[in-house]
Amino acid sequence: MALQDWRLHKRPFAAIAGAPILWLVLFFVVPMGIVWLYSFGQNVGPADIAITGTLDNYKRATEWLYLSIFFKSLAVAALVTLICLVVGFPVAMAITFASEKWRPWLLLGIMLPFWTNLLVRTYALMTVMGGNGYANRGLGALWNGASWLKTLVGLQPLEAWTPVQLLYNNFAVVVGLVYVHLPFMVLPLYSALDRLDRSLIEASLDLGAGHLRTLTRIVMPLAAPGIAAGVMITLIPALGAYLTPDLMGGTDSQMIANVIERQFKRANDWPFGAALSFLLIYAMFILVALQSLRSGRTAKEAR
Amino acid sequence: MPEPIIQIRNVTKRFGKVAAVDDVSLDILAGEFFVLLGPSGCGKTTLLRMIAGFELPTTGQILIDGQDMAGIPPNRRPVNMVFQSYAVFPHMSVADNVGYGLKIAGVGRAERDERVREALQLVSLAGFEDRKPDQMSGGQRQRVALARSLVMRPKVLLLDEPLSALDAKLRSQMQLELAELQDEVGITFVTVTHDQDEALSMACRIAVMNKGEVAQLATPSDLYEFPANRFVADFVGSVNIFEGKLTLDEADRAAVDCPGLGKVYLNHGVTGPHGADVWVALRPEKIYLHVPGEGKAIRAAAQDAPEDHNLARGVIKGMSYLGDITLYEIKLESGAMIRVSRPNLSRRDQEDFTWDDKVSMHWRADSPVVLLG
Repeated sequence: MALQDWRLHKRPFAAIAGAPILWLVLFFVVPMGIVWLYSFGQNVGPADIAITGTLDNYKRATEWLYLSIFFKSLAVAALVTLICLVVGFPVAMAITFASEKWRPWLLLGIMLPFWTNLLVRTYALMTVMGGNGYANRGLGALWNGASWLKTLVGLQPLEAWTPVQLLYNNFAVVVGLVYVHLPFMVLPLYSALDRLDRSLIEASLDLGAGHLRTLTRIVMPLAAPGIAAGVMITLIPALGAYLTPDLMGGTDSQMIANVIERQFKRANDWPFGAALSFLLIYAMFILVALQSLRSGRTAKEAR
Repeated sequence: MPEPIIQIRNVTKRFGKVAAVDDVSLDILAGEFFVLLGPSGCGKTTLLRMIAGFELPTTGQILIDGQDMAGIPPNRRPVNMVFQSYAVFPHMSVADNVGYGLKIAGVGRAERDERVREALQLVSLAGFEDRKPDQMSGGQRQRVALARSLVMRPKVLLLDEPLSALDAKLRSQMQLELAELQDEVGITFVTVTHDQDEALSMACRIAVMNKGEVAQLATPSDLYEFPANRFVADFVGSVNIFEGKLTLDEADRAAVDCPGLGKVYLNHGVTGPHGADVWVALRPEKIYLHVPGEGKAIRAAAQDAPEDHNLARGVIKGMSYLGDITLYEIKLESGAMIRVSRPNLSRRDQEDFTWDDKVSMHWRADSPVVLLG
């Protein structure tokens, strides 16, 4: 049945798509609409908001204080995405070229973290990176070993080991976000690389190119759609990250989502929080629009 | 005798316990059109990929132009390959595809453009420089792949099932073009195919492979007319094979008694042990079909065999009219089936015989081939 063209089969289409569409409208579009309306309102009492159509919230949201946090969030998210790409690409390549027997297990390994709640994973990472965590204990052991080696050759021992501050700073936020978002990068990369015709790689080698040039001239350009998809689905959630900077960040590493949270809770300024939220949504909207414009153009070129 | 450009010495390739290529030794001569022919899974593609360097021999040695290829990666071998899927880079224009290898080799822009133009001209794709691969037909893409390899001026061009993705008409046209092209550029071609027509029409020499081994290495006509064993006789062309006993074997004549076919006489010796179990292979086009009785007279008039030899009788059980020939399936008096083809020399020849007609057959004393294995 040609369900592809839903206009020709309105009733079966409605039967299949009706429930999820209703769900989306009820629990996504309507609440978003309400928040959007709030962004044009003002507080008139502790729990009352009047939608007055004012643009004051947006004016305040675009003050440098908030814009700087927004840009910082964007920079952190971009850095996280870049690290995920640099780390994830070789991982995706390794899975693609692993033997048939190994591939499902490696993919399972990539998806395994999703079996655990984000909060639990974040706390687990924090115990690793804490002052008395495994990372510090490992570093301490290395330090003491080096110190012992120095005494062995008759030199002064090193000073006593002081734990490195790994947590509660921007570094911790970036590490935490990379940890959480890496699978989102690897999976689209893997699906793009897996679709790649192996004989293209062999043809490149056959024509005299080494592995590095084959990677940059053949594999990466052909995996570009996968790279773009991976970048988008890493960048967007990283930009809106809330839990990781909240738990792992210090006082100077709050991201835009933490500021928004504060408006809705402690500051009890819903209209301003709504305006900040929508500023973020507009930004993401532009990113997605640019991306689909780009892929639309390549699709047209291909035709 | 020209020098061998590729020497394959006792090469074995195992995948796990299976030997895909089993102790193969052969020489490929400079400038020849060499074909590796065999059914799928016979090891021909593995052998080709070992020459290209994509697979490494488990044991044995491959020499190209006298140089041992052990430890030399594909990108440093003086060979280029045309892939079965063509492997034309989809994100590059035709000119960039063809110029890719030259660019990697550091050939300057001006020379590169000139050589790309020449290569495209060679494969009749002049003017297609700016096209993208997805704007081209399968045949055109294949020409791009060919030009991309030829432009490198390799010592040997390897072709993996180069015509298998093309339709029949285009395939036979490309067979001729490939042979002409090979003649023109003078590069050694090594082609892998499972299509015997393709092999016969293009090759200087053919190595027929079976289960990882070379079953026979010969020129196309020798392969067809003098097959070395039942596998080759059966794989190359169509053939009737009957089991029999060697009853006579002298320098200038031999005879085999086949329970299925009758007494077979040959006008040359076969150097097999007397009384041995042998097989007689007889091609369908080498059997003459007659109305009953007539065969005996014609056979007798030819006087190339003793009485009652090289004669058979049967009933037509099947018939396929193929235009140029008609193919008959005939049930012999022994109950065995035999295939006979008959050229349609005039426009009504196919009406001479029909289903359930009783017929007699004869063949010349130089037509049957006696196979010992």
